[in-house]
Amino acid sequence: MLKFIIKRLLEAIPTLLALVTLSFFLMHFAPGSPFTSERGVPAAVLANLQAKYHMNESLMSQYFHYLWDLLHGNLGYSFRFTDFTINQLVAQSFPVSAEIGFWSFLVAVSVGVLCGVFAALRQNSLLDYGVMAFANIGMVLPNFVIAPLCILFFSIHYQWLPAGGWNGGAWPYLIMPVIAMSTSYIAQIARITRGSMIETMHSNFIRTARAKGLPKSHIIIRHALRPAMLPVVSYLGPAFVGIITGSVVVDQFFGTGGIGQHFVNGAINRDYSMVMGITILIGTLTILFNAIVDILYVFIDPKIRY
Amino acid sequence: MITSKDKVAAVEQFAEQVTEIEGRSLWQDARRRFFTNKAAVISLIILALIASLSIFGPLLSQWNYADIDWAALSDISTLGRPSIETGHYFGTDPLGRDIFVRTMQGGQISLMVGILGSFVAIVIGTLYGATSGYLGGRVDSVMMRILEILNSFPFMFFVIILMTVFGRNILLIFIAIGAVSWLDMARIVRGQTLSLKNKEYIEAAYACGVSSHKIILRHIVPNVLGVVIVYATLLVPNMILLESFISFLGLGVQEPMTSWGALISEGSPNMEIAVWQLAWPLAFLVVTLFCFNFLGDGLRDALDPKDR
Amino acid sequence: MKFTKTLLASALLSTSLSAMQVHAADVPVGVKLADKQELVKGGEGEPATLDPQKIQGTPGSLRAKDLFEGLYSEGEGGKLVPGVATGYTVNDDNTVYTFNLRHDAKWSDGSPVTANDFVYGFQRLVAPKTASVYSWYAALAGINNAQNIIDGKAKVSDLGVKALDKYTFQVSLDHSVPYFVKMTVNSAMYPAPKQAIEKFGDNWTKAGNLVSNGAYKLDTWIVNEKMVFVRNHNYWNDKKTIINKVTVLPIKDSTVEFSRYQAGDLDVTSFSGIPTNRYKELLKTTPDEVKVTPQLAAYYYDFNNQQPPFDDVRVRKALSYAIDRSIITKYVTGVGEIPAYTFTPPSVDGFTAKQPEYAKWTQAERNAKAKELLKEAGYDKNNPLSFTLLYNTNDGHKKIAIAVASMWKKTLGVNATLENQEWKTFIDTRNLGNFGVARDGWVGDYNEASTFLDLFKSTNTSNNAHYKNAQYDQYMAQAAKANDPAPFYQKAEDLVIDQDMAVAPIYQYSIKRLVKTYVGGYKPNLEDNIYTRDMYIIAH
Repeated sequence: MLKFIIKRLLEAIPTLLALVTLSFFLMHFAPGSPFTSERGVPAAVLANLQAKYHMNESLMSQYFHYLWDLLHGNLGYSFRFTDFTINQLVAQSFPVSAEIGFWSFLVAVSVGVLCGVFAALRQNSLLDYGVMAFANIGMVLPNFVIAPLCILFFSIHYQWLPAGGWNGGAWPYLIMPVIAMSTSYIAQIARITRGSMIETMHSNFIRTARAKGLPKSHIIIRHALRPAMLPVVSYLGPAFVGIITGSVVVDQFFGTGGIGQHFVNGAINRDYSMVMGITILIGTLTILFNAIVDILYVFIDPKIRY
Repeated sequence: MITSKDKVAAVEQFAEQVTEIEGRSLWQDARRRFFTNKAAVISLIILALIASLSIFGPLLSQWNYADIDWAALSDISTLGRPSIETGHYFGTDPLGRDIFVRTMQGGQISLMVGILGSFVAIVIGTLYGATSGYLGGRVDSVMMRILEILNSFPFMFFVIILMTVFGRNILLIFIAIGAVSWLDMARIVRGQTLSLKNKEYIEAAYACGVSSHKIILRHIVPNVLGVVIVYATLLVPNMILLESFISFLGLGVQEPMTSWGALISEGSPNMEIAVWQLAWPLAFLVVTLFCFNFLGDGLRDALDPKDR
Repeated sequence: MKFTKTLLASALLSTSLSAMQVHAADVPVGVKLADKQELVKGGEGEPATLDPQKIQGTPGSLRAKDLFEGLYSEGEGGKLVPGVATGYTVNDDNTVYTFNLRHDAKWSDGSPVTANDFVYGFQRLVAPKTASVYSWYAALAGINNAQNIIDGKAKVSDLGVKALDKYTFQVSLDHSVPYFVKMTVNSAMYPAPKQAIEKFGDNWTKAGNLVSNGAYKLDTWIVNEKMVFVRNHNYWNDKKTIINKVTVLPIKDSTVEFSRYQAGDLDVTSFSGIPTNRYKELLKTTPDEVKVTPQLAAYYYDFNNQQPPFDDVRVRKALSYAIDRSIITKYVTGVGEIPAYTFTPPSVDGFTAKQPEYAKWTQAERNAKAKELLKEAGYDKNNPLSFTLLYNTNDGHKKIAIAVASMWKKTLGVNATLENQEWKTFIDTRNLGNFGVARDGWVGDYNEASTFLDLFKSTNTSNNAHYKNAQYDQYMAQAAKANDPAPFYQKAEDLVIDQDMAVAPIYQYSIKRLVKTYVGGYKPNLEDNIYTRDMYIIAH
């Protein structure tokens, strides 16, 4: 187990390096520069600005400079928010996205799994159809439609919830973002759970357990649930990262100040350091969650060993 | 799914048939199984209808997707309503352009992105997976390691960077979306290839001195096609959704062309005053994605009964 | 009386008690103020910085107006209101301005605002070390040596600014600038708190570090969520300030901002706070909240004057004539924009451009003339004119581009392919001249015609149409020296639009803001210089 974790950690290094390299050069080959502005910037001012960001050096030297800073945990100054470093901006925005992501994830997994299990146990009943119809709709409705619908309904027509803002994550500000973020994941998870639950319930060891006369609830909780969770777990790694990535929609509609908007605007504004910083962050998270999923596998499926 | 009873029945029926009739090809069986799945068949029909409507629908209207109806422009929320008289069957957008024709035109783009994107993913994924699985050994382990590394890339971000860096090229959208979605496909195909590799006919081909790339292309790829088609069908709705997200970010196709995603994100601010601008493209998107999901399930049951 | 009692009971507000007893002069008699004087306003996007000398763009200057105060401010209708300066004297040829500063102006840390803070601020603006992208503003104002310092050819201390004594500040200019005082309204010419900047370096604009001399000080800054200002009790006119807390929400998308206004999250929207599709409905349902006034800004299309076919004036004129500006302003933008036929907006102070000939024709006449001109230039059905219309990604620009392209197609049979690019790419393409027709806009830096007409000087870096005309440069040079520049402005205007049609003016922007009826003291002006210290919340 320990060997496996060390192996994964070592693997992460080349992956991240490749990621950094690729995004660094991709970003710098983009037309336009962070200093492109509607008024021509005086040459002397431009030179000073470029010096501040080491942009007066050759691209290779900039690249190594970036790696060196990165090694020291320094992601550099933002080109767009010139008063802030990327570290400061990430420290401000990542907790927001992480909190929305955490709750959305929790809601998605618990509601999704519950719906999936019940639908599977009452296969082809009205409940099953209802749950699955909901799941299918949730899967195909883009969240940039769900978000304004939520605002229209909860904030404008009924005035139950504030239409946006974050206020340190007070719960009224959390509800709509979580709804908008989790809907499609609830749907996906419900679908996957249902499928694998049905399959598990038809398998031989469940039949044996039934034949032994064990109570149904015991069979489900003690025997069926664990193997049925396998496909769900493998879905969770990418899903969590997807939730953070997808937060751009939530940031835009609810003004929560999360990290998703930083990335998209960063790319558009040629905020090199912002794009790099967030790419590295998300890359690290992806690796981390893939590793966690692999470890979870061991606990769920005793057949798997590392 | 709603049709699981049918599916189980179909599988049982199939099992009986296998003992009775020998020598029926895999594809014939699959077709039989598929056509007993009502939801999948209906989905296929609806999809065919939507596709042909997207292509031929614009001929039914007096408007072109780029035309502005100057008369309707003065008051979209009343004059731009869906109406048979004005010829705007689905109403107009905020600029007085016909939503019906634009939805059809957007359908062409969205379906094309979905299908071509999946196609790119399939081609890369199948070749990669088949090569890796067939060659085995060190090559396989290196190729799988690369796959694992790529799996850690935040690809959605790459699509966004690509779109901002290289501008709006519809071809680029296909390629970008396809290029980020082939990883799962490669893994599945590799698994299939590993089991195929030891079949007699492959060994026979190998013994006859057929080259590796010929074996992969002539023998392996055709035999994993069933699985590939199933996953491709399930990929299409994801592609379409991904395109709509890109459109929402303002990075989609160039005006005056449009896509369902672009129409939806343009229509949603007007949902209170001109609901048709959102409702029609959304309805088409939702129905299409629904159908692809059912179709995918149906195909999976038909082609890959063990996988359930 | 009851009002005072509730205040007394509130320990929190006890410090501002003195401010409450004397009401600000501009609260009309009989208006009952609300107990809670807190304002939430739209802040457009998130500013790049709060450093007054580095601010460029409205999100930054909007916030700086609450935090800082320059020599002069702007009041209703754009009239100058003394800020830190109480008055000024100027020499005969408008080259030396001497400002008298008030003695009671203080920074939020309690230290006095002196002439040295202005000297420091002005020097900071041009110092290469600051690397301010707004440094050109000092050169534009003609401050002695500004350009040389920017270019690294002179020392910062050579700048033409001087503290004659603690409360007398003098600026010397290298040429006559009669409108210099108007330019001091801009945040680039605010004083700078040397003590804080030297202590905190790059971090001086962070909440807790920022020292300001305006009516408010920075309390919280959460990027992309909100910025909160609280009263600066050291402000010299704190007595007359009523609102205690200002929250600025950095919402860029007008639809999102509108929904938050509807939900009651916002009291005042940003200057583009009325979505086109809601305007008519709002005029019916809440007409008292709709505030639409002209803005000192022009929307226009650049023709690439150096590249065929746009080097042919007939083509430029044909395309310009064929744009039906009233349809654009009525139905496409649709919120109080004014059709433009001249480049300088008519509402600019001191110069009203004469409407050119084509402005007086009907659209049908214009279309007929356009067809004729295009035919003369050699384009017709068999040889249609085709080019790319470039615009930056934005819903509003997109709609206008679609409508204009459609008009050209309908009237002239011209094929304009639309191409939108991201802002930075767009600017790059436009600067390099890789376009046929490109969208453009210009917001006046100060309320005087030269801020617009200077654009077409052949040396101007923002001359995106790449228009070059020696005669034009000469008119502008003469205007700069003249005591009455208006006749020269008129000649320049006639030349660049009526005669050469270097660009196609489309409309003058409007400030379209929603203001809740309980917010008093909203005084719109052309440059959208709005100060929260003038506002108050009425009991509701």
